[in-house]
Amino acid sequence: MRPFPFLLSSLLTLGLLYILNNPLGDVVPMPLGAFLSPQHGFWQNAEPSDADFSASLDIPGLRDKVEIFLDDRLVPHIFAQSEEDLYTAQGYVHAKFRLFQMDLQTRAAAGRASEFAGPRAVDFDKSQRRLGMVYAAENALAEMEKDPLSKKIYDAYTRGVNAYIQSLAPEEWPVEYKLLNASPEPWSNLRTALLLKMMAKMLTGGADNDLGYTNARTVFEGDAFDRVYQVISDSLRPIVPKGTVFPAPSVKPVAPATADSLYFSGPASVAFTENYRPDPHNGSNNWALAGSKTLSGAPILANDPHLELSLPSIWFEIQLTDSSGTSYGASLPGSPFVISGFNDHIAWGITNAQRDVKDYFEIKFRDGKKDAYWYKGAWEPTNLRIEEIKVKGGEIVYDTVAYTVFGPVMFEAGFPDKTTGSRNLAVRWMGHEGSNEGATFYRLNRAKNYQEYVNAIRTFTCPAQNFIFASKTGDIAIWQQGKFPARWNKQGIFVMPGQDDTYQWQGYIPQHENPHAVNPARGFLESANQRPADATYPYYIPGAYITARGIAIEQKLEKMTKATPEDIRHLLNDYDNITARAAGPALIKFTSEQRLAEDTKRYLDLVKKWDFQADPGSEAQTVYQVWMDSLRAEVWNDELSQVTPRAPMPDEQVLVELLLKDSTSVFYDDINTPERETARDVVTSALNKAAGRLAAAENEGKLEWAKFKNPSIFHLLKEALPSFARQGLPVGGYGNTINAVTISHGPSWRMLVHLTDETEAYGVYPAGQNGNPGSRYYDNFVDTWVKGEMYKLWIMRKEDAGDARVKWTITLRQ
Amino acid sequence: MKMILSVILTVSTAFILGEYLPWWSVAVAAFAVSLVTNQAPGAAFISGFLGIALLWVAYSSWINQLNESLLSERIASVLPLQGSSVLLILLTGLIGGLAGGLSALTASYLVRPRERRVDYQNYYRNKMR
Repeated sequence: MRPFPFLLSSLLTLGLLYILNNPLGDVVPMPLGAFLSPQHGFWQNAEPSDADFSASLDIPGLRDKVEIFLDDRLVPHIFAQSEEDLYTAQGYVHAKFRLFQMDLQTRAAAGRASEFAGPRAVDFDKSQRRLGMVYAAENALAEMEKDPLSKKIYDAYTRGVNAYIQSLAPEEWPVEYKLLNASPEPWSNLRTALLLKMMAKMLTGGADNDLGYTNARTVFEGDAFDRVYQVISDSLRPIVPKGTVFPAPSVKPVAPATADSLYFSGPASVAFTENYRPDPHNGSNNWALAGSKTLSGAPILANDPHLELSLPSIWFEIQLTDSSGTSYGASLPGSPFVISGFNDHIAWGITNAQRDVKDYFEIKFRDGKKDAYWYKGAWEPTNLRIEEIKVKGGEIVYDTVAYTVFGPVMFEAGFPDKTTGSRNLAVRWMGHEGSNEGATFYRLNRAKNYQEYVNAIRTFTCPAQNFIFASKTGDIAIWQQGKFPARWNKQGIFVMPGQDDTYQWQGYIPQHENPHAVNPARGFLESANQRPADATYPYYIPGAYITARGIAIEQKLEKMTKATPEDIRHLLNDYDNITARAAGPALIKFTSEQRLAEDTKRYLDLVKKWDFQADPGSEAQTVYQVWMDSLRAEVWNDELSQVTPRAPMPDEQVLVELLLKDSTSVFYDDINTPERETARDVVTSALNKAAGRLAAAENEGKLEWAKFKNPSIFHLLKEALPSFARQGLPVGGYGNTINAVTISHGPSWRMLVHLTDETEAYGVYPAGQNGNPGSRYYDNFVDTWVKGEMYKLWIMRKEDAGDARVKWTITLRQ
Repeated sequence: MKMILSVILTVSTAFILGEYLPWWSVAVAAFAVSLVTNQAPGAAFISGFLGIALLWVAYSSWINQLNESLLSERIASVLPLQGSSVLLILLTGLIGGLAGGLSALTASYLVRPRERRVDYQNYYRNKMR
């Protein structure tokens, strides 16, 4: 032995092993040795192109054998005897293909993103906890587990997920865990509830503009506010066809006597801005054609929920068969059931209701301890929840959230940042109320007719959805379903006083008074995030409504006769820009050509010759949209920036209708100049300003619409993993076209169901069934989706087990 | 000859241990083989390095071949390797090789006595006899 070289070499070796066994900062965030080892690290996730997905697993608690047949697109067709076994199997396949996604989404929902992402996610986590996401999920869980059947199903689902997790050796963990140096965590029913709350936040957050409106109130006084933010568009095609007579409201909320002094002209602006606001593009389309409109005489139903497009997708395609029948469609990894789909009798689809179900109440704390607040003339104790945020590579962060009778105090001095003054705002959110949304889908998956569909959806609380329906018996229907506060006029669009219960919600709109329509004479129904009903609906229903797509869909469906599935597929991919059709001629009319540079005239000419199709190759669409965005800034920014934080940007539709109706509106005037500007001035100036941006794009060869907007689908870890993304996809459209692809939002699942005797269905989503980035099934649907094509969905029967489309079989046993 | 044997032993021991133990078992394998084969430090390092590097390059190349470079190209952009699968495989080999080489080197100092300097004068004198 040579002691000295031995010691030196030992130290060197152990030092190297130590370094390779630990993450090395930002460039190499994973332990390099473990990560690169072909027997342990990421190489193990590199799936052979002829991978064998067949498997067999014993799951204690299973009642009978379950067979899962995987077809050539990796869609599982599950055949179970009992519903318990069915949902155990669904949990198992969800986990098998989407474990990391399920874990990440529910940790993020609970305000635990920092466990994966480190210190930069702490603010996000705080905002999740202050909204009371876990509190909301706990309330939901209590409701879910109160019903013995639901409890049995959620337990079964959880069992399936955990059976898969436990079957894994660390080298089989999804590659993201290896990249992040993290490990999976067991599933629980609470996490299913958290996933639902993630959806609830995503789909109700965009409709909540209360803080912004409170600020805007000081800019747009009196009826100006209504003309800017409360417009019921002239061109609105509501979900419930115009002319429908609504019964008198059975709940009549009354504005408090103090409303004029304390509410409408209450304390001026609030300094808080809501970070991490959900994307307002979270919209969707659905429609149903009665047999009178179709060639076959059978109804056709279509649905495309527009959500953030991600890899893997929020959706997972699945067939669920048990002794009660078969349902097929898009499921949410993390939850049992089919969410948007069909069974042997009916089809259903969902779009977001866009209603405001989140309000803020101003709270006065006794002191900095936040343990008491002034309520009904006394100091009422708060319920303090100490939030412990674990941070990867950092110290634990603590945050104390005070719960009041209204809900958690979301904003206060020191949150979201240190400079936001001393006001405290508690949030009341429909998502906090205990509810069991899964029960709706359990019943929908098994519903056979209109009555059973109505019975299925009637308890659905939050996030409110437009449930469209069609049945093989020939019925079509739509209900906007959710639980909504019955509001007095303008209740809750501003921050409300919270010193007593005067401003509390006084009641709820009875479920049967929710907007709905059944078998209309015109033979079709549709929803596209527009206002559900016209001004004759007897309740005040604020929301972030989107008008354009509803108009486009109705215009096309009205003209359609003898529709075929192929016609509907085309409609799902329609690029007609209905907003531009309305606004384009006005823009051209108001442009003073003599005030344009030569190059700018060229852009104007593109719009003049345009067919209003937002095709991927359209240059005019780019010019139009940049011009319109520039015009919105030109018209509104002078007013909006009078307060800090800025007042919210009015809807595009508001400006379009202003252009059509009023060429001398006071809003065109730039309040910072002595002159009084008109439509002509702002439209021309907007084009001149847009020209700079257009020229820059043109120089880079990016004037064509798809190149300009650069549609991209990112991995769940976003910009951290650009090589896991699909960028620069050649798709057109925008938020106002039926095919509503923005930059990273759009039709996250397209479905079309033709309710003939033997169901004919098509579907596609822009990702793939397997969440593993090392699999060819990670993104294999993307190109099909880009081309606007759809897969024919195979409703497998048990006797098809020998069919060539069955590629692999997974058997689960007791 | 001994080196070739040592490399083969390292590859197989590391592979078997790796099926049951964490990634650092490659270091254990190289260390153990070096103890047994008892080579000079330089030769031990080379054997350990080659053994593990070969195992990791061969294994990762095989996986990569079956995977059609799908994942390796993505990972080679996360690590600063310009999306090159080849560089990623080489890095894999280098990292494994270093762990194996250094472990084998350490073991060689443990078992091998200090080699006496050859006294050339006496060497030749003795040879002549």
